[in-house]
Amino acid sequence: MFDPVNSIAQWLSELLAGWGLSPTWVNLILAVIGVVVTATFVLVMDIFLVWVERKVVARFQDRLGPNRLGPFGLIQPFADIIKLLIKEDITPVGADKILFNLAPILALATVVSIWAVIPFSSTMLGADLNVGVLFIVAIGAIGTLSIIMAGWASNNKYALLGALRMVAVLVAYEVPMVIALLVPVILARSMSLQTIVQSQNVWFIVLAPVAAFVFLITAIAELGRSPFDLNEAESEIVAGYHIEYTGMKFGLFYAGELLHALTMGAIFSTLFLGGWRLAAAEQFPILGVLWLLIKSFFIYWVIMWIKYTVPRIRIDHMMILNWKLLTPLALATVVVVALLDKILVGVGASQLGYVLVMFAANLVIIWTTLLLLRRYARTERRRVAEPKPVASPDIIGTVGT
Amino acid sequence: MALQIIFILIAGATLGAALMVVTSPNLIHSAFWLVGALFGVSVVFALLNAGFLAVVQVVIYIGAIAILMIFAIMLTRRIAKDAGPRFNANWLWAAILAVVVFAGLTWMLFSWPGIDEPAAALNPASDPLRELGLALVAPGGFVLPFEIASVLLLAALIGAIVIAWERK
Repeated sequence: MFDPVNSIAQWLSELLAGWGLSPTWVNLILAVIGVVVTATFVLVMDIFLVWVERKVVARFQDRLGPNRLGPFGLIQPFADIIKLLIKEDITPVGADKILFNLAPILALATVVSIWAVIPFSSTMLGADLNVGVLFIVAIGAIGTLSIIMAGWASNNKYALLGALRMVAVLVAYEVPMVIALLVPVILARSMSLQTIVQSQNVWFIVLAPVAAFVFLITAIAELGRSPFDLNEAESEIVAGYHIEYTGMKFGLFYAGELLHALTMGAIFSTLFLGGWRLAAAEQFPILGVLWLLIKSFFIYWVIMWIKYTVPRIRIDHMMILNWKLLTPLALATVVVVALLDKILVGVGASQLGYVLVMFAANLVIIWTTLLLLRRYARTERRRVAEPKPVASPDIIGTVGT
Repeated sequence: MALQIIFILIAGATLGAALMVVTSPNLIHSAFWLVGALFGVSVVFALLNAGFLAVVQVVIYIGAIAILMIFAIMLTRRIAKDAGPRFNANWLWAAILAVVVFAGLTWMLFSWPGIDEPAAALNPASDPLRELGLALVAPGGFVLPFEIASVLLLAALIGAIVIAWERK
């Protein structure tokens, strides 16, 4: 009754069986319909995201945003789509045609396919893989490939530079991301996203705030959004890997980027904010979809908030942040959480005790990290403040040797 | 039946992609064909109900190794296009050797009695992923090879750092 998707699937399977189709065919047809419905739902939401993004960035920059077409400018995205569709489609000279056209498709398709494993509610989900968390990482790897493809096939040095930068960032930030993803897996004792959601009687953001923090930062880096947007730094390399794309091909990259941000929000909500769980989601599965979307959009808003507030950082600072802060932090969190989990379960701690000890351990990690950071900042300030030796004969003499 | 059709299609696509890896004149195209071939292998793993291996195949081979190769090719000047012929004088011997090895392997497989037995059904109650994890750390399982592999990787990691170390 309160689960329209499964009711329709039930009705449809009975209808098809009534026509004399074998169960295999019925399952196949239902699976295909399920894929089409999920992908369409996500892509239709993507159209709406263009409007959300433009409205929110306008508010952050003290503007109104689109407000001419329809109520609150809601028809604006459709005008944008029509504009993109009727633009001239240009393929640059010397471009690799097949890879050039394959890249935008791959960029959007990989993002959409992540939604296959995200549980929308207790009964609605694409596939409950027992390796769901790893599936997300694997799909991210294929997404990286689409950026390389676009950068190389465009036959443009700026595009290639943008792709190289982006891939350097993606490959580096994948390390702390995967380590941080291990924490919810340890806590839920499963890599299936549905099991992770179901075991969040207490949201994992309470049990593992450090892991959630590391995941959020690495997710933003994975998106290539500010402050990690040096892959498309306008002042240096114009637009990065999608510089040569026109019309709807660029539109696919743009749509993929927007949808990727919301997808990261959905993954974050699923892993750390209890996914579809909130009031009455067990009794009325349809509510779970609403809760998941609200949480995802909240994280999407946080990502936008950071994007439009923080300036771009330099690539060496970015690598230092990754290798010297996030990776050790994520490793320490995994070790602490794994040990504490074993100990607490071993001594038979109550749920409240478990939560309190885990939270306290995370506070200790945060406190230690801040202490170390302060010491590092102090030595760094001292080093910068030191009088720099100006060019003098004895220094110049040592350069060549 | 349906699974067999899918398997034949996927295996054909994988072999075709693998053939393109060695015959494509453009090194970057070879690398992307290699990605295709690796993805095909991952689909075969998925067809065999080995979800973990399928996903790890994509993460490691496509996400790390193939991307590293493409990266290296793109950073190297003027090796992307190879104008020379695709075959050298030894192609006949290589083809004969390949056929002989393939025939030998096929013969060996067919002389194995289990070749036409259907695969045993998986125990639905057990999670294959959990069993794999336990086998890797159980003393009676593969804990020794697993740890030795870890030490080897650690040594490689330290070696890479030592090579890249800038001596002041």
